[in-house]
Formats: sequence, C-alpha cells, structure tokens
Amino acid sequence: MIEVKNVTKSFGDLTVLHDISAVFESGKTNLIIGQSGSGKTVLMKSVIGIHQVDEGQILYDGRDLAKMTKKEVGILRREVGMLFQGSALFDSMTVEQNVRFPLEMFSDKSKQEWDDRVAFCLNRVGLSHAAKLYPAEISGGMQKRAAIARAIVLQPKYLFCDEPNSGLDPKTSLTIDQLIHEITAEFDITTIVNTHDMNSVMEIGDKVIFIHKGYKGWEGDKDSIFESGNQDLEDLVFASNLYKKVKKYHNLK
Amino acid sequence: MNFFEHVGKYSRLMAGVFTKPQRWGVLWKQYLKEIEKQGLQSILLTIIISIFIGSAITMQMVLNTENPMLPKYVTGLTTRETLLLEFSSTILCLILAGKVGSNIASEIGTMRITEQIDALKIMGVNAENYLILPKILGFVTIIPVLVIFSMFFGLLGGYIIALTGVLSPSQYVMGIQYAFNPYYVTYSVIKSLFFAFIISSVSSYYGYYAYGGALEVGKASTNAVVNSSIIILLFNVILTDLLLV
Repeated sequence: MIEVKNVTKSFGDLTVLHDISAVFESGKTNLIIGQSGSGKTVLMKSVIGIHQVDEGQILYDGRDLAKMTKKEVGILRREVGMLFQGSALFDSMTVEQNVRFPLEMFSDKSKQEWDDRVAFCLNRVGLSHAAKLYPAEISGGMQKRAAIARAIVLQPKYLFCDEPNSGLDPKTSLTIDQLIHEITAEFDITTIVNTHDMNSVMEIGDKVIFIHKGYKGWEGDKDSIFESGNQDLEDLVFASNLYKKVKKYHNLK
Repeated sequence: MNFFEHVGKYSRLMAGVFTKPQRWGVLWKQYLKEIEKQGLQSILLTIIISIFIGSAITMQMVLNTENPMLPKYVTGLTTRETLLLEFSSTILCLILAGKVGSNIASEIGTMRITEQIDALKIMGVNAENYLILPKILGFVTIIPVLVIFSMFFGLLGGYIIALTGVLSPSQYVMGIQYAFNPYYVTYSVIKSLFFAFIISSVSSYYGYYAYGGALEVGKASTNAVVNSSIIILLFNVILTDLLLV
C-alpha cells in the first residue's frame, strides 16, 4: 500500500499539486486520471521519487520516502516495477535479455533460477515465442507486454504504469489493461496507472483518483463515476460521443 | 548554458561514473562489448587513413627535401617524426572523435529521450556508472593499440610510395630508423590515453544530458564531436609542453 499525505509540489512560482492525499491499495489497480497538464504525471513522479515534494509525505507500507537513506531507497527501487509510455526497452538487447537484465543486476539466485523466472514472466505475458527478437522487431503491443514482463521479473510490490495504452489500438489496449489488472491481483501488487484513456478507467479502475488543476477532484471506483456529481470529472470521462451515449443509457436504466 | 555550468554538470556526472560498479560481471561484459564496438570496429578506418596520410606525408617530404645539401634519408626521418609525434595520436583521435564520439553521444542520447535511462534509474541501477564507465574504460584500453597500428601503417604507406620510385626504399627505411627516439612512441601513447578519455567522457556527457527529440540527439552528437575536438587540441598543447618541451 502506498499512502500520499497532504502532498504539495511547486516548480518555481507554479504550484502543480495542492495538498493531495490518497491511498493506493495493494492488489488493486489504482488509476490517476485527469486532463493533460492537470498534474497527474507530477503526482506519479513524486510518488516514485523522481520529484521531491515540497510538503507532505509519501509512505510505502508505512516507510516514509523522504526519510529513507540512500541504501533504503536502493532497496525500495528493487521493489518497484515501472511500465513507461514508450516501453523503454533497451534497444541493444533482445526481449529475453531485457527481461533478464534486472535479475543480472540485482538477483543473487543461480542462472538456472534466472532462466526459469525469465521463462515464467515471458510466458505470463504471452511472449515466449518472441524471446529472441529485438524490440525494433516486435509490435507496440508486444513491446508493452515485454516491458510488463521486465517490470515484474523481480516480483515487485509496487508497479507504476505511465500511459500504458499510449499509441495502441483499442483491442491491444484492452489486452494490456487486462494483463496489468490480472498481474496486480495475482501477485498482490500495488499498481498505480497514470492514464487519460477512459476505456481503461471503465475496464480496470478498481480505484480512481481524479486530479483537476493540481487538486484532488474526486476519488472512487469505476462504477461510482456515474454518480460522482463532479462536473469536471464528468466533462473528462464523458467527453466523447460514445461515453455520452453510455451515460445516457445508464441514466435511463 | 555557460562554461562553468557545463564544467559543474560534467564533474557531477563523472563523480557518478567513477563509483563502485553494482555488478563487476556486468561491467566486464559491457567493457568487452565497448572494446569491440569502439576499438575493433575502428581498426579498419585507422589502417586506411594511416596508409593514405603516411603516403601523402612522404610525397610532401620528398618535395620539401630536394635540396642536395640534405641527405636522402631525411624524407623517411621527417615522415616518421610527423607520424609519431602528431598524426598517430592527435589527428587520429580527432578523426575518432567523429566516429566514436558521435556514436557514444547518439547512443546515450537516444536512450535518454526514449526513457531507457529513466528505466535504469527507477530499477535502481546507477545509470551513469552502468552506461558510461565501460565506454571510457573500453576506449582508453584500446586506443594505444590503434595508435601503434596507425604508426605502423602510416610508415608502411610511406614505404609503398618509396616503392613507386619517388625515392629509394632503402633510403626511406634508413630514414625511419635514423636517430629513433622510443620516447616519442611513449609520448604519443600517453597523449592518446588523455584524448580517449576526453572523447568518451565528453561525448557521454552530451548524450546523457540530451533532451527532447531526434533533432536534439543530432545536436548532442554534433556538440560532442566539436567540443571533444577543441578540448583535444587544447590538451595537445598542454601535454606537449609537459611531456616534450
């Protein structure tokens, strides 16, 4: 579980996050949603520790990120998996080498155990057949799946996903969403997904935190969005014609 | 960005580079890869340019030493001194700054803009040490080999010209052996070690701090080559003063 308590973050004179508090629960897919420029990426980067917050606390299972020593941060990093918007696979390595890399850097287990773990992760994301291919040789969806395999290879307690569906078609997006959701529940990971894809919100939003102009606008789950009563959230979620019709249908029911 | 900001950022980067590796085995693997990529893949280029430059220098020396007062072996001697003292270290490294430097800057720059460096950092990897240290160690290790190759093939180029009848091959061979000072080879190798460090570290610096898109990677690559070359020429003067004068 990750707790964010009264976090404020500014860049120069511009305050990007205002007194944000939230609880990201383990075994659940926690979504941070908001318009572009709302501060959701800054919130995620603050939680990861890329940005230092000006005020407030970030607690990883009770451990205060700001009070951790360099060594403790190093240990925490090994408990964190990250899925980047552009996958961020290492170009010079095959899919298998990408997945193996964190093990080579941090695991003291035997090579046989590494092989088994890599094979398991690739199998879990359905990429066993592409193990020997380079990132440039596989599709965007496969790259995302390879990045998920790399992110979970060290059995992380926390998984961060930055716009995981960016650049993917709806069907592949759904596959990636479901994979993230399944893995989160299966391995009891605290997953935080930064997205503005409303299909993802409706598909995997166990918990949704809506950030609007740097403030927390709303918090709930995917099913309670319809009754949120928050105009800013509704403007975002039901912006497309499709979702306007979905809402209309829901209201009729 | 002003000069002192660059120096500060470069120093901070180098402080991160020269730390204890997280895994010695991984460093060794990367180090061997870099030797192959930067060194072995530069051998052919080194041989080709050295033969051509050695040939050109020899022809120029023939023209410039036509005075009957000068012994014939002077052509070989001056060719040797030019190659040993300046070409095989400084000029070769300026050329390699173009090949190796741009390669390093664009590789690291691309990793930066595609978030691969962020991925390393979030995993807990010391990205500076993991990416840059093997490049510096690899190039510094392989550069003496390239310099020695350059000297040999440069002199061979001169010999090939001698075989065409422009001057007597025996006089040329006598010239390249006459009053030979082995320290000049040492001097050249020492210079090249500094230059290899400059090329690999400065290029890594520009790549590491690239941001934006493909255009910025191109700019980083250009900056890496230009600035490495200027620093090499500056250090050439300083090192010559310290080691030779």
